[in-house]
Order: sequence, then structure tokens, then C-alpha cells
Amino acid sequence: MSQAVAPVRHVLIEGNKSYHNITEDLSSPTEKAPSREWIIAFSIAAAFLGLYVFAVCWTIWKGIGSWNLNRTINWGWDITNFVWWIGIGHAGTLISAILLIFRQRWRTGVNRAAEAMTIFAVICAGQFPLIHMGRLWLGFFIFPFPNTRGPLWPNFNSPLLWDVFAISTYFSVSLLFWYTGLVPDLATVRDRASGFRRKMYEIFSFGWTGSAKHWQRWESLSLILAGISTPLVLSVHTIVSFDFATSVIPGWHTTIFPPYFVAGAIFSGFAMVQTLMVITRKVLKLEEYITLNHIDSMNKVIVLTGTIVGVAYLTELFIAWYSGYIYEQFAFYNRVFGIYWWAYFGMMFCNVVSPQLFWSRKIRRSIWWTFFLSIVVNIGMWFERFVIIATTLARDYLPSSWSYYSPTWVEISLFSGTLGLFFFLFLIFTRVAPVVAIAEVKHILKVAGSQFVGKNATTHDGHSTVQVNKEEN
Amino acid sequence: MAAAATKKVLYGLYTDEEDLKTAVKSARDAHLDIMDVLTPFPVHGLDPVMGLSESRLHYLGFIYGAIGCLFGFGFMSWAVVSDWPIIFGGKPYWPIPSYIPITFEMTVLFSAWGMTLTFYTICGMWPGVKPKILDNRITDDKFCIAFDVSESGKKDVDSLQSFFTKTGAAEVHEKEI
Repeated sequence: MSQAVAPVRHVLIEGNKSYHNITEDLSSPTEKAPSREWIIAFSIAAAFLGLYVFAVCWTIWKGIGSWNLNRTINWGWDITNFVWWIGIGHAGTLISAILLIFRQRWRTGVNRAAEAMTIFAVICAGQFPLIHMGRLWLGFFIFPFPNTRGPLWPNFNSPLLWDVFAISTYFSVSLLFWYTGLVPDLATVRDRASGFRRKMYEIFSFGWTGSAKHWQRWESLSLILAGISTPLVLSVHTIVSFDFATSVIPGWHTTIFPPYFVAGAIFSGFAMVQTLMVITRKVLKLEEYITLNHIDSMNKVIVLTGTIVGVAYLTELFIAWYSGYIYEQFAFYNRVFGIYWWAYFGMMFCNVVSPQLFWSRKIRRSIWWTFFLSIVVNIGMWFERFVIIATTLARDYLPSSWSYYSPTWVEISLFSGTLGLFFFLFLIFTRVAPVVAIAEVKHILKVAGSQFVGKNATTHDGHSTVQVNKEEN
Repeated sequence: MAAAATKKVLYGLYTDEEDLKTAVKSARDAHLDIMDVLTPFPVHGLDPVMGLSESRLHYLGFIYGAIGCLFGFGFMSWAVVSDWPIIFGGKPYWPIPSYIPITFEMTVLFSAWGMTLTFYTICGMWPGVKPKILDNRITDDKFCIAFDVSESGKKDVDSLQSFFTKTGAAEVHEKEI
């Protein structure tokens, strides 16, 4: 064995699996009748989805006036939710693309579910700008298409239009990346199925056979898609931050926004992956594929990005003070000690203080702590978006128009409704497709495991390699 | 793709990718004409043994991306400079920096879609394509070498049979696809 590889690398898949075991374990959730937990969870998600549909209809019927936005605070929960969901939608592509390029093989355990999560989160995010338009049926006006109004083109100088391009590109490229990765695994499910199910999976697996040339092209495609998705994922939240940063409103008009939004997106995305994975691995019994090492690694990403976000918060405050510009200073004084002080301190506590607990290895590897803190981080990131949007708008240049904003039941229903939509889609996904990439896990089974020569090392068919190691050493 | 006539295929199943690689190598050494090698996951090191040349898909990715880049930038320039010039507030007529985000997105969009559609087209894969499945376990844990024996005599088939036995195939089957 080549000694170029670190001898400390731990097995990625536990339980001495054979290839067939992997197929069994990962495709069986799609073959069995749903468990009671799944049905309960699905019913709750469907109920919230119903609430969402109702709230959307209400908004369209009554108009945006059914929300509590006012002339001063014209972006509220809607754009907060949009930015929050988009941020969550970053982890999937980050895990698949950036970790593929960095050759982080542990990603195979979680990439499929994280990519699915990305797609569902972007679907949720996309709802808000659309509903926010008020006249939803004219939403296609945002695209530059030949029209009878001139033709009149959209304003290509506007960051809001950049957003349209960034998010639709991100959604469609993520979908291609995810689905192309899924095709061989759908073929695996197809080859185990019979009757109607087989017919369905035949359609969805596009006639995949596993030919060597196809695999070669598939790998080439995956690598290039990963390569172009990496700058793409960074561009998306950069452009979302431009919605704010290119404005001339103190508190928004800052050059720190792009990197700070991207770090925040990765932070919240990984937190949502943790929330989902902790439950999924338990319910679908995937503890040997999504191991404690995965959770540990993702928690390390959370503590890193959480710290970056914390540094960004402090830098903002410092720069506001150092600028000597009173409007900027007031905007930040107001952000911390103003009417929304509770949101600011909630954000600071959830995003900066709480993830620091992950410096402890014990907490990083604890399922309960991980689950709890991932929820805390998600709440914190929601606060962050709210703080940026609402506190800044609430105190504008003209004190006579200063205002306060709290949501109506419609806005609360829209937000909790998208949570329903998200879990609805995710739960369907766990039933119809393997949540862990079967082919990719098989691919790393030996590559990673055989490199591990530490204590308890075993080969993939279950023989101890301890003696072999002694000879090698 | 025209519907090909059915082929008679003799195939052997191996249980390990290392056995497969050795077998493919010895088949090449014996100048046997392999129809296809089918595996449940990408086996690295198989392509050089099979003599497959590197995929040229990534060149296409670059070309599609370049087209997207020029199209995005060109379209915006045409729309704003020529088709409907926007004259306001002393701003430049041709604001190149603000085209960068959309140009970038169009580059990625064209590259990704172009490559993916090309991939499915050249692999002959689309929804509704009836897969030619030799064995259901190939997508599970079996590694398969397939020979086209539609026009082979008994002697050739026998020599392929003995090749499979020699190289340690777990099973050998014949099937029309």
C-alpha cells in the first residue's frame, strides 16, 4: 500500500458492508411500506402545505395589503424568508461540488440528501419574490423575452434582475447535477423492482445500463458540473447580497455583504443538513452510512462558518464606528440597541455564541447537541436576515416616517407553510429515491476503508487487517 | 437511434472489480472483441485497461460555456445599447460592470445544460428508452463483461466460455437483447 496516504484515515462506511449490503440498505426504504413515523410526519407536512396554499390564495385574493408591510418597511418576512431559504439551499451544492473538488470522500454519505434539500429549499425561496409581486400571473415579465411593449427589456443594471438569473440558473444546474447523479441509483432500484414500479423506474432511469463508457462520461460530467457549480454557488448568495449592498441605504450599503452572506449561507445550509440528517439516519436506519464522523465533520464546518459570520458582525460594527459617518453609525447603533434589539441579540447568541460549543469534540459528536444546535443556528440565521432587512428600513432618513413592523397571520402562515412544502417534498424524496448515493458509496467502500490501518481496521469483507499492518510497520 | 436488431450476448459476471480488471486485460491481450463492460459503479483504472479514450465531454462544456458567455453579454449589449437605449442620469450607455453577474450565470447555464443534454444524447439515454438489461444484478454487485456472439460459431463461443472460466467469472450466461 502506498504510504502517500495518511494511515489515520478512518473507514467512511461502517459495519463491513459488501456491495450487496449497500444496495439492500439504501434501496430498501423505497421498497417498503412507509413507517408510522413517516406517515405522521408526512401528514403534518401536508397540513402545513395546505395552510401555505390557503395563505397564498388569501394574499392573491386580498392583495399584499393582507401583509403588515408599510410604506417605510416595505420588505418584511417575505424577503427575510427568501434570503433564509436561499441560504439553506447552499449546502447541497457546497457538499457535492466543493467537497468533490477537495476530494473529501466523506461527502458521499450525505451529498444526495443535501442536494435534494438544496433543490427543495430553492423551490421554497423562489415562492417569496413571486408572491411578493402581488400579481403572480405576471411573474414572467421578469424574463427578457420579445414582447409587444416595445419590446421593452428588463433593467440589466438591477441586482433584482441579477437575482432572477442567479437563482434560476442555480436551481436548474443543481437539478441537473442532482438528477444525473441519481440516474444510476434509480437504475439500481429499477433492477430490483417488478411490475408497475419497474415501469416507472425504467422511465426515470433513462435506460441506464452501467456501461463503462457511460460511467466514464458520467464521471467527467459530474466533475465539470462540480467545477462550474462551485463559483455558481458562491455567486448566488453574492448576488442576493447585492440586492442590499448595491442600494444606498446605510446598513445595507457595505462591501462586506457578499462574503458575509456566503459564509452565512454555508452556515445555515449545513445546520439544516444536520437537522435533516440526524432524523433521516435514525428513521431510515442509515447510521452506518451517515456516521458520527460525518456529523463531526459538518459540525466543524458550522463552527468555522459561524465564526466567520461572527467576525463579520463585529467588523460591521467597527467599520461603522471607524467610518466617522453619522448615518452609518446610527444605522448600526439602531441595529443593536434600537426597537429590534431582541432580534439582534437573538442573532448574536444563536449564530456566534452557540456554535462555539462545537469546539468540544464531545458536543460535536453528540446527536442531541447537534440536533439542538442546528435548530438554534437556523433560528439565528433567520434572525440575521430579519435584522438586516427590518431594522434598517424601520429607521429611514426621515424620522417622521419611522415605523415598526410585525407580521400578520398571513405572513406567518406563508413562512410555516413553506416549511411544510419543504418537508413534504423531502419526505416524498425519501420514499422514491435512495437518500444516499448508492454507486458513489460503493465506489469509496474500498478506496477509503483499505487505507485505514489503525486499530480496528478491517477489510471490506470483514477480515481483520491488524496483522497485515504489523507486517507493514 | 434506430432500433438495433437483437444481439446474442455471452456475458460473464465477476464479483470483484479487481477480477474484472484482470479479466479485461487478459481479454485484450488475447484480442477478444469485448462488446461492453458493465459495472455497478465507476471502476477507476478500467478505462486504460479497456483502451477507452478519455471523454471529450469537457471540451464541449467549455465551448457551450463560451457560447453562453458571448450570448449573455451580447444580448444585454444589444438590448440596452441598440434596441432600446436607456438614456438617464448621465449613466454610461454600455455599463459593462453591471453585465458581469448575468454574463457569468449564462456561461454556467449554457455549459451545464449543453453538457448534460449532450451526455444523455451520446449515451442514448432518455426517458422512455427501454434499457437492454443483461442481468439485474449488474446495478447491484456484479461486474460484467459482455461479448457479442450473434455471428460466432460454436468454437468461438467455447473459447469465450473457457476464457470466462480461466479468469474467474462467477457465472456465465447467454442472452438475446
